Amino acid sequence: MTTPPFDEIDRRIVLATQEGLPLVPAPYAEVARQVGIDEAELLERLRRMQGDGRIRRIGAVPNHYALGYRFNGMTVWDVPDARARALGRAVGALPFVSHCYLRPRHPPDWPYTLFAMVHGRDRDTALAHVEAIARLLGADDLGHQVLFSSRILKKTGLRLSGGHGA
Amino acid sequence: MDDLDRRIINTLQEGFPLTARPFAAVAAGLGLDEADLLARLRRLRADNVLTRFGPLFNAEALGGGLTLAAMAVPQERFAAVADLVNAHPEVAHNYAREHRLNMWFVVATERPEQVRPVLEAIAADSGLPVYDMPKLEEFSLSLRFEA
Repeated sequence: MTTPPFDEIDRRIVLATQEGLPLVPAPYAEVARQVGIDEAELLERLRRMQGDGRIRRIGAVPNHYALGYRFNGMTVWDVPDARARALGRAVGALPFVSHCYLRPRHPPDWPYTLFAMVHGRDRDTALAHVEAIARLLGADDLGHQVLFSSRILKKTGLRLSGGHGA
Repeated sequence: MDDLDRRIINTLQEGFPLTARPFAAVAAGLGLDEADLLARLRRLRADNVLTRFGPLFNAEALGGGLTLAAMAVPQERFAAVADLVNAHPEVAHNYAREHRLNMWFVVATERPEQVRPVLEAIAADSGLPVYDMPKLEEFSLSLRFEA
C-alpha cells in the first residue's frame, strides 16, 4: 500500500479546508476549532501532508482569465510510445508549460497522448509556445492540435463529500 | 486590480506560511498591514480574481480517483449537457474548448472506483460517448501565473 496514512482527523481537515482557508488573521486556529483539534496539531498535520505530497501547496489560485490569460491552449501531441516519457519530461521542463501529462489514445478519433497546457495574454504568444514545443519534438511530432478553451463552465477545488468515512 | 493586487497574487502563489498569523507575515513582506491584506484578499475572492485560497490537495495522493474526460456535444444541446455534467459534485472543472471534442471536464472522487460510475451516468443521461483520458504520467505541474 503506497497511500500515506489518512485518518479521520486528516479527512476532517480536508473537508474543512477544501473550499479554502478563512480570510481572518488566525485562519489555522479557526480551522482547528472546526476540526476539533488544537492549532499546533493542525499545523503539524498540514506540514506532514505538504511533505508527503497530499497537499501540493498552500496559497492562492488565480483565475487566469481574470489575470488576462485569455488564450489557454491544451496542446495535444501524437508521439511515438517508446519515446513518450523522455519527450514528456523535456516538454514539461519548458518554462511556459504549466501542466504536462501522458494520457491514453482513443483511436481512431483521438491519437494524441502527450498533453501540455500553454497560456498567453494574446493568441500569438500562445501559438509561439506551441511552435516551440513542435521544434523541440521535431520528427517525433506525428501530429498535433491546439484546443483553446473558450469558456470555464465550472471550476472548484477537490470535493470530498461530508457523508461518511473512507 | 492595481500593482499591489498583482504583487499580492504573485507572492501568494509561492506559498503561504504555516504559522499562527500567516497573513501578518505575508503582509510584512509586502510592506502593508494584516488588515489591508485581508481586505484585498476578500475583494479578490469576491471578484473571482482568485478562484481559491488555501491548500491545494492532490486527489490521488489522498487515495482518490481523478480523470480527464471529453465529449463531443452538439451546439444546440451544449448548455443542457453542461448543466447535466456540472450537476455532478465530482466534476471539479469543466471547460468548453474549440474542437469537435468541445467539452472537457475533470472528475475527482474519494476513491478510484467511483470515477467510472460518474462517467457512465453522464454518458447515459446525455446519450453521448464520454472519452476517459486518465493521467498515465505527470511531467510538470507549475500552477503559477504571473499577475
